Amino acid sequence: MSDCITFLLNDKAITADGVDPATTLLDWLRSNPQLRGTKEGCAEGDCGACTVILERLTAAGSIDRRAVTSCILMLGQVDGLGVRTIEGIGAPGTPGHFLQKAMAEGGGTQCGFCTPGFIMAGEALLRANRAPTPHEIHDAIAGNLCRCTGYRPIVAAFQSGATQYRRHADEAGAAPDDLGQRLGAIAATTAGERSFVAPGRGFHAPKSLSQLFALRVRHPEAILVAGATDLGLLAGRDRNPPAELIAVSGVAELNELGSTSKGLTIGAATTYLDALPVLIAVWPELSEYLARFGSAQIRGSGTIGGNLATASPIGDMAPVLMALRAQVRLASAGGERTLPVEDFVVGYRRTALASGEVIRAITIPPRRPGELFVAEKLSRRRDQDISTLTAALRVMMVEGVAQDCSIAFGGMADRVMRAPAVEAALRGTRLLPETLVPARAALAASFAPIDDVRAPAAYRRSAAANLLTRMALKLTRPDLELELDRL
Amino acid sequence: MTTQALAPDAKVHRSLFHDSAREHVTGRAVYVDDIPEPRGLLYAALVTSPVAHGQLRGVDASLARAMPGVHAVITSADIPGRNDIAPIGQGEVLFAEDVVEFCGQPVAAVIADTLDQARKAAAAVRLDIAPLPPVLTISEAIAQQSYVRAPMRLERGDVDAAMAGASHRLSGRFAVGGQEHFYLEGQVAFAWIDEGGAISLHSSTQHPSEVQHICARLLGVSQAEVTVLVRRMGGGFGGKESNASWVAGVAAVACRLTNRPVKLRLPRMTDMVVTGKRHGFLYDYTAGFDDEGRILVLDATLAADAGYSLDMTAGVVSRALTHIDNCYYLPAVRAVGLACKTNTVSNTAFRGFGGPQGVVVMEEVIERIAHVLGRTPEQVRAVNFYGGAGREETPYEQPIRDNVIARVVDEAMRLSDWDTRRAEIAAFNAAHPMIRRGLGLFPLKFGVSFGALHLNQAGALVQVYADGSVRLSHGGTEMGQGLFTKVAQVVATVFGVDLDAIRLSTTSTAEVPNTSATAASTGSDLNGWAAFNAASAIRARMAAVAAAHFDVTPEDLRFANGCVGPAAPDNRSLRFGELAKMAYMQRVQLSESGFYKVPDLHWDGERMKGHPYYYFSYGAAVSEVAVDTLTGEIRVLRADLVQDCGNSLNPAIDVGQIEGAYVQGLGWFVCENLHWDGRGRLRSEGPSTYKIPGSRDVPQMTTRLLEGNPASVATIFRSKGIGEPPLLLATSIWTAVKDALKGLGISTTLPVRLDAPMVAHRVLEEIERLRGGASLT
Repeated sequence: MSDCITFLLNDKAITADGVDPATTLLDWLRSNPQLRGTKEGCAEGDCGACTVILERLTAAGSIDRRAVTSCILMLGQVDGLGVRTIEGIGAPGTPGHFLQKAMAEGGGTQCGFCTPGFIMAGEALLRANRAPTPHEIHDAIAGNLCRCTGYRPIVAAFQSGATQYRRHADEAGAAPDDLGQRLGAIAATTAGERSFVAPGRGFHAPKSLSQLFALRVRHPEAILVAGATDLGLLAGRDRNPPAELIAVSGVAELNELGSTSKGLTIGAATTYLDALPVLIAVWPELSEYLARFGSAQIRGSGTIGGNLATASPIGDMAPVLMALRAQVRLASAGGERTLPVEDFVVGYRRTALASGEVIRAITIPPRRPGELFVAEKLSRRRDQDISTLTAALRVMMVEGVAQDCSIAFGGMADRVMRAPAVEAALRGTRLLPETLVPARAALAASFAPIDDVRAPAAYRRSAAANLLTRMALKLTRPDLELELDRL
Repeated sequence: MTTQALAPDAKVHRSLFHDSAREHVTGRAVYVDDIPEPRGLLYAALVTSPVAHGQLRGVDASLARAMPGVHAVITSADIPGRNDIAPIGQGEVLFAEDVVEFCGQPVAAVIADTLDQARKAAAAVRLDIAPLPPVLTISEAIAQQSYVRAPMRLERGDVDAAMAGASHRLSGRFAVGGQEHFYLEGQVAFAWIDEGGAISLHSSTQHPSEVQHICARLLGVSQAEVTVLVRRMGGGFGGKESNASWVAGVAAVACRLTNRPVKLRLPRMTDMVVTGKRHGFLYDYTAGFDDEGRILVLDATLAADAGYSLDMTAGVVSRALTHIDNCYYLPAVRAVGLACKTNTVSNTAFRGFGGPQGVVVMEEVIERIAHVLGRTPEQVRAVNFYGGAGREETPYEQPIRDNVIARVVDEAMRLSDWDTRRAEIAAFNAAHPMIRRGLGLFPLKFGVSFGALHLNQAGALVQVYADGSVRLSHGGTEMGQGLFTKVAQVVATVFGVDLDAIRLSTTSTAEVPNTSATAASTGSDLNGWAAFNAASAIRARMAAVAAAHFDVTPEDLRFANGCVGPAAPDNRSLRFGELAKMAYMQRVQLSESGFYKVPDLHWDGERMKGHPYYYFSYGAAVSEVAVDTLTGEIRVLRADLVQDCGNSLNPAIDVGQIEGAYVQGLGWFVCENLHWDGRGRLRSEGPSTYKIPGSRDVPQMTTRLLEGNPASVATIFRSKGIGEPPLLLATSIWTAVKDALKGLGISTTLPVRLDAPMVAHRVLEEIERLRGGASLT
């Protein structure tokens, strides 16, 4: 028996009856309520034209609003949440209103097709941050492509819209709003395990591990889905989603997030948006690298567990986790086991997950004094791009000499891998560029990268060796500015 | 009225914002796919060739036909008229007949109740293709003399003698890549059956008349049987000229065959695979020059990758050849243009239309000359600029009468604070072990007019209603460039009314016939003049009515601030609406169709001589880049842009065009890399693999419109076209990167040689070559 997908759409409670739960939110918005301000630009989460905001009531009672790409979000995923579209924003006094005015009057639109997506990204930004810096504005719109304006007037409009809004909000205060109450009510009506069934499709949303394990027994062929930033392409771009899906985002045990003396624990269903502050508090060197992970929309949906489970050779998180010597906690009905991340990833898009097992959490050992860290990503575009090459290095320095270290590379093999020979060659050196010759040789002997759309193999070999130099310089020459973006 | 005598409240030369801006920001702007579907609408999906070249032996659609919701599977045999979508030549097919010539070529279309059913069934159509060897690169095409048309040749002087007599000679080879348009709104059209079986279409097209003509050809009906409408596009950039026509053609044919409305919207990946792109070029050149760096002679071959068919390649190559001179006087020149046939998608118009691929030749030559003579490229440019006695005629015999090259270059140098930054950059490069910065200049001359003479015409329809409200239709299309706003400004100026009084009409072949594509930077000039002519005729009739009413001569009347009356101190006036009512009651015609053709153009395509451009647009840019020598990554740090817009119709819109075009050019030069595999399959087929610039890739930009330089010919209000020229300003990024890499080598004997796009792997490869493969640490 099927539940009905229930959510708030622009403040109104909606029950989507008789709908395939794997329909994308975008398709549903455009065809069912015929809200057509939200556009399809790519159907793969890469252009931002379909950006909407998901709203939920946090445990603390505040409202969490995050921009997401509706083209790769399945309708079943919004059960119990609030969805806000371009048609549901812009009331006088709200951020959207000021942004819309600034964009219209400041030349922020030309063809206008990308504009609703930008406005929604801006609305999400200003709801969370009334005084964004240009850097924060770029971060907020890194997932939105515009082909007409050259972006300058958009960034300028975001700045002036934010100023106007801030002035207004400082004077008038926040408008009374019962959205929190409505969100609470929707969350209450959709609590507990949920199952949405349509001809040829099942979409199951357990709320506990035991429910999840029971579902896996009942639907052994079902595919697990968390943020759907990868799997959602099957629904959006390919229009061929799996027949049975188990959405794990609501499983309480997978949403653990905390820092103790034993290190960090990040539940598998934790989104990047939620995990980043916790990670960066301990490893601030990661902030720039992780800000380049996908886009705001992708970080708001995508999960650490999902990124690891796809086992992509160019996944951005795996090299970092390997360098940090993180462990994966796997859970099944039979109990739990723990593996180092490098043993979890066993081949091209293959993991050590046994049938019936799920990733429960990632644990990262605590930082020790003297431990340095650096992560590098090469991609064709700085933002919202899949890596050509990644490298992450954690090293314990004692009196300027490298001791214990771990280094991992992405984009150099069929999977992300540690490079033990490089680690050995680095140990005992002062990490000065001229001492890296053995490490470069070890690197060359460790990997045989491939040619593909992102780069030829020869580039990967040269650039990976040079990343060793760049990482060493960053650790030993803090006076030297090596980031092109900061010039 | 003339275009010179303007009332103080004239609406031209003002920064008014885009007429649809409020609709854009609220999501209320309607694009083709947003129009409510008529009852019974069916969806189309394409079946495309999985191989680059092969004999098509059969199409087995039996499985697809039996699938749920499928109404029809259409192949070439089902086309009621002629299977020909050629925009200019003939014999380019909508659906392949007995041969497939690129990977992605449409072979059939499936028509079904829902989009998903159509796509699923399309995947079930089986194609029987016997593969043939494909030609995949320009070099292979040249080796096999595989061309879509005969080579073109632009020649002046005795090239061989001049070459033999030159004290210095150098030769080289380089290449630039193609470019995907990546309009945010993909190609889309829907067709429905109107009264009496006529077909109407909403099409996202820059060229409604061509959609009409090609649909009529495919359907085997007269052009009057087809109506094409377009209110706006979500971007075009040249990609919605010929490609929009065949997309609409599929919808029209399917509509005829099923007797149901049919929509075809290309999913992004399909769009990127099946629609044409900017032409990549391969260049071989030899230049002769003197001790001062003055060019004496240039002998160059420009080989364009046409793809598998002609499309508009002849025009693109012609424009490349007529832009090879750019700002430089070439006493003797032989430029041969090859239109290479490869088994890839047929390349098409893209903002600049061969101009960008033409101007790079001399920039490369100048860098090389500077390297040989130990001078700066700026010094070599300066001695080669057009100007001075006997140095004012282009190789195609059009004299240059509006030369402001030195002025735009001076302004760009000043704006960029060139000398100071040169010194700063030299100091930075001396100090930094890994990052090199570079500064690059690029001067621009761009010819404005359609290369095909007949396209330099336009029509408009202006209607004044009895209450004084105005409806404006013209043949131009709105793709975001602000054309509708500019043409409305022209009409508002003629009538002396506010823009609000003017209702902009959806572009329709039923209102204005035989229009040209909105392209070639001509939109506002052509359509602005046509609308001006129509509005002026109405105004003259209204003036006669008013003159009789006030008992003055028509010349004494002022149309301003929404009123019409005698000039001060006589303060009598009628509101524009009152006068319209008065004219109507007197049975005065208040509508007019206006027409315009560009004067003074002529062109001999065989000899490549004549006067192809009504005027030239000038510009200059300085870009600064930083290059990471460890990774080959590039960042553009700053851009100072000076662009000639004549007397700009709308400075705010023109600045938007300049910045947007520069960033699009940045994409072409820096990060947009088309990647085909060894079998001719495009692998950069979505935004995850094909990267257009994002907001962070944009440098700090300063843009100046050249002041006090009205067009020297009678363009509309002495403005100049702005759509394409500023894209070429991004050439300064290429010169800046080459500047950054100078002096990197262990010896200075190697000149920097860098193909575009300058993606990281190409830059790192060049760095390693310059260093002779030396270790980088």
